[in-house]
Amino acid sequence: MTDASSNTPRLTTSIIEPDPRTRRRNASERRFRAYGLAAIGTGIAALIFLVISIVSNGYTAFLQTYITIPVELSEQRLDPQGNRDPEEMARVTTFGYAPVLAMALQSHLIEQGIPMDGVNPRDLMAMISQEAPAQVRNLVLANPEIVGQTLDMEMLASGRIDGYFKGRVTLESAERDSNVSPAQLALAAAMAEAGLMDTRFNWAFITGPDASGQRPEAAGLGVAILGSLYMMIVVLALALPIGVAASIYLEEFAPKNRFTDIIEVNISNLAAVPSIVFGILGLAIFINFAGLPQSAPIVGGLVLTLMTLPTIIIATRASLRAVPPSIRDAALGLGASKMQSVFHHVLPLAMPGILTGTIIGLAQALGETAPLLLIGMVAFVREFPDAPPEGLFDPTSALPVQVFSWTQRADPAFVERASGATIVLLVFLVSMNLLAVMLRRRFERRW
Amino acid sequence: MNDMTTIERAVTTSEKKIDAKGVNVHYADTHAIKNVDVEIDDKTVTAFIGPSGCGKSTFLRCLNRMNDTIDICRVTGDILLDDEDIYHPKVDPVQLRAKVGMVFQKPNPFPKSIYDNVAYGPRIHGLAQNKADLDDIVEKSLRRAALWNEVKDRLDKPGTGLSGGQQQRLCIARAVATSPEVLLMDEPCSALDPIATAQVENLIDDLRSRFSVVIVTHSMAQASRISQKTAFFHLGELIEFGDTTQIFTNPVDPRTESYITGRIG
Repeated sequence: MTDASSNTPRLTTSIIEPDPRTRRRNASERRFRAYGLAAIGTGIAALIFLVISIVSNGYTAFLQTYITIPVELSEQRLDPQGNRDPEEMARVTTFGYAPVLAMALQSHLIEQGIPMDGVNPRDLMAMISQEAPAQVRNLVLANPEIVGQTLDMEMLASGRIDGYFKGRVTLESAERDSNVSPAQLALAAAMAEAGLMDTRFNWAFITGPDASGQRPEAAGLGVAILGSLYMMIVVLALALPIGVAASIYLEEFAPKNRFTDIIEVNISNLAAVPSIVFGILGLAIFINFAGLPQSAPIVGGLVLTLMTLPTIIIATRASLRAVPPSIRDAALGLGASKMQSVFHHVLPLAMPGILTGTIIGLAQALGETAPLLLIGMVAFVREFPDAPPEGLFDPTSALPVQVFSWTQRADPAFVERASGATIVLLVFLVSMNLLAVMLRRRFERRW
Repeated sequence: MNDMTTIERAVTTSEKKIDAKGVNVHYADTHAIKNVDVEIDDKTVTAFIGPSGCGKSTFLRCLNRMNDTIDICRVTGDILLDDEDIYHPKVDPVQLRAKVGMVFQKPNPFPKSIYDNVAYGPRIHGLAQNKADLDDIVEKSLRRAALWNEVKDRLDKPGTGLSGGQQQRLCIARAVATSPEVLLMDEPCSALDPIATAQVENLIDDLRSRFSVVIVTHSMAQASRISQKTAFFHLGELIEFGDTTQIFTNPVDPRTESYITGRIG
């Protein structure tokens, strides 16, 4: 001991004055902290940029411009037979309704004394959404008795006029736009002045169905939200029980041998498989082989279940493993069977972890797009699905797929819609994650 | 309670409860227990002593087949409980463990209420006909574990909120509640302070009136205080087994003497 210590040089420096070695050590620690801060700062900046860009593009999707004018529902045009039979009246198509609305708008503008300089009747009609005649027609067919009356009708303004009130379309851009003229915008401004047009919250964006590429103002997320909801129901109903049962078996009952090792490795591998591969699998098995309908939430749900299972199994096994073995010993020592020890003690303790894993898995599935494209959920769907269980087999869309298909459409108004849909999707994802955090907090207190 | 035990303590039975013959335990390639023969008497406290890693805990866990939960563990030899082989293929380890209860080194109450902790065993074995029966079993068990007076007002509070010594007595009450015939204790006092240790030791002495108790301990003083029989294990072998007084005052084997005088281990 003494020999060894006498051979090593002793430190003679003061502890107040750090020696070069200590300074280098401290400097490298400071550098490491700076790297960490820089990394986190970059991440937060990117996140803020993303949120700002989406919200600034998308918040206007939640607003919509409406035109409100009295419309005379002329019997001569809408019910030529005069018997108020909806079946007879259905022969009058939306093309029959468009002139009714055009005449109503024209005569009301004249009545109000609003000048229509440079706006011919055709341009005037173009200010009303192409969706409006269909909406009025549906209203009339549902209530035949209103034919012949003059009612205040609320109609969607066309996408360009809507864009003018949201600042997307300006007088300058209208000069170069074949779809709208500065004169139409001037008339729109005058109509807003007179209280015939107003921009307000757009419930139809959340509840309504999708609309074709010429009618961005009518496009809504209703079918997509329902489709996503149905798929989440399928995923939850299948992935949670299967995943938890598989994890319990693997973690608590399965013998540790080569076979279970292979299964374990493959479950981890499945979690890393690109999601489009699951889409191909779903197409081959559920649609081509099992003959399930395309675009149906049941197929989407099955595919997303396959994708979510590894996530749930990995999370569940981790939380089962985190339960101290002493609890299992205690139960077994009292003469509880393996199954009783698992279901009475281990599983309740692992529950917060399992729920968190499940919700994270569901959130992942909710945002998944690629596999759904392959099983046909990208189709244009206007019909609302029925209530489950039959509705699970009806064609629907899904939220992320709706974003995808809107970004592909030509009309710039769909950029706004797509951003708005992204906001809705993000709100769902954030609230699911919050729920996961809350559940974890709440159950963990019982420890 | 106390006067009852003093009467019964005078009764010395030499009835054989557990008879282990030629027990060998292997962990994969490790030979952990080598050819051990032990007889455990009814209504007696038997202590297993020996240095760390000598196999005394392993052997204890053979007695209620807790080693079954370890995949690589293999037990050979005969262990008879009331002349029945506990490793017979027809034996259900679950039934065996209801007869041979166990208390572990670290207090491990379930994260449930004190009441539910004690009532769990009776519930799964169907020992109580109704709620009143169950209440009765819980109270008796907690009284037997000398915990009743401390917890009777907070039976619905979590068992994990008790102090270490109380938790260990709760675990003993939980084991007692299933009315086992043998109680195995694996270093039950190693995580406790001296006061809690003294309480648990008193308790073990009381329990002897109804059960056969087998206790693994690192403390030779504890073994000499509470046990009637002592087995000394070393490197997986049973070196010496006999009356506690004889082992501590007049050991036959030189290794036993070295250990109890502190020269090895």
